[in-house]
Amino acid sequence: MIEEPFADGHSIIHRIDPRFRVAAAVFYSFSVALCYEFPSLLAALFFSLSAVVVSGVSLKMVFKRLAVVNIFIVLFWLVLPLTYAGNISYSLGPVTISLAGIVLAAKITLKSNAILLVLISFIATMTFATLGHSLSRLKIPEKLVFLLMITYRYIFVIQQEYQKILRSIKVRGFIPKTTLHTYKTFAYVVGMLLIRASERADRVYNAMRCRGFKGKYYSLTEFDADAKSWIFVTIVTGFTIGLITMELLLNG
Amino acid sequence: MDKNQTIIKMTGIDFAYSENSPILKNLDFEFFKGDKVGIIAPNGSGKTTLFHLMMGLLTPSSGSIEIFGKPMKTEPDFAEIRHRIGLLFQDADDQLFCPTVLEDVSFGPLNMGKSRKEAIEISRRTLDFLGLSEFENRITFKLSGGEKKLVSLATVLSMEPEVLLLDEPLTGLDTKTRSTITMALKEMDVSYIIISHNIEFLKTTTRKTVTLRGGRLIADDQVHVHIHDHAHVHGDVPHKH
Repeated sequence: MIEEPFADGHSIIHRIDPRFRVAAAVFYSFSVALCYEFPSLLAALFFSLSAVVVSGVSLKMVFKRLAVVNIFIVLFWLVLPLTYAGNISYSLGPVTISLAGIVLAAKITLKSNAILLVLISFIATMTFATLGHSLSRLKIPEKLVFLLMITYRYIFVIQQEYQKILRSIKVRGFIPKTTLHTYKTFAYVVGMLLIRASERADRVYNAMRCRGFKGKYYSLTEFDADAKSWIFVTIVTGFTIGLITMELLLNG
Repeated sequence: MDKNQTIIKMTGIDFAYSENSPILKNLDFEFFKGDKVGIIAPNGSGKTTLFHLMMGLLTPSSGSIEIFGKPMKTEPDFAEIRHRIGLLFQDADDQLFCPTVLEDVSFGPLNMGKSRKEAIEISRRTLDFLGLSEFENRITFKLSGGEKKLVSLATVLSMEPEVLLLDEPLTGLDTKTRSTITMALKEMDVSYIIISHNIEFLKTTTRKTVTLRGGRLIADDQVHVHIHDHAHVHGDVPHKH
């Protein structure tokens, strides 16, 4: 199940027009992704952390999510210092550690955490349905938005189908082992899942056509671009422009 | 409106999923305004196929279909009439695809060009009619089986169709949900065709039953589907039949 643990809050961020949150998060994330200097990256991380605090979500849950991403980042720390070309800072026999590699790994860590935190604060605080509608209001192509929404809806159905198949093989005494029989069974499970998913897709499309679907999706949500949404987007944009300026000055 | 207006007319329909095993052979069917017809036939005899042909989801290999007096040949022909015929699918998960109940129920009205406000109004009225007024913000995939079925009926009814095609509407439902559906059908002024294995249900909701045999529809006067009661004199003594 995809859960939406951050979506039902009542903080000031939850009450800002979702479209503004999506737009602000995109602009900010892209800018941070293009930053290379430590001062601007640290400032971004600080800003993102503050945003999470303001959104009032459970910090324990936030750190759980961060942990998952940082497991991947540990891999960068293991690989980059050993492989990155640049000044050698240490050498232990044949193994050389490059300072440039360490610096790069540190920058990647700061960047990804800053971006992730802001996405949790701005985007994860709305339901998936709201996100879909905001994207469609932001003139993201209908087809992409529709794909996103339908994926979200049917992931659960596919998961249920998967569990149905798993149950049915379990009640008939299947215990996974390192045998050809096990591999074959899992291949059947995956194959059956694909077939069922595709048949399901056909039936859903037919049901939609029966209800007059002609490729256009209408959304019921009305969005309200109120004063606080404009203030919010001004603050985020202002900070982001500050970041970019800082980056340019440090590089200049 | 005149009672004998033909809504669906199928003539000489042939259909097969694979070449050597035809499902429907030279089938003729005529459905009039005000008709309430039950189809009771074995599994795999082509009942669902028949519905899908009527909606233009499948194309017959030969024969002609006329709906509301117009010949149906191409997808645009069918797209034109689909909102006037509401098909309730066997599996509610096929029908519900929006995150929330209200969005799903208003999907049809919005496609028909209703404004957002009108669509919400119609949807609320429909949900209310089926006793689902509390449901509008519920998440569709988290509903129980019976709730899903009722909501998918609501998604069909919200288009205010003139004809309903119900494909095994009672399968897997509890007594309460069954009686809600039976009640709804009795209260509405709408023509319908019901596929069901439940003779009792067809007896209370339809005026005639037909069956499919050898790829053709056979009317009531040739095959009489009915239930009957016998006295069971030795019912209180353990015995074998």
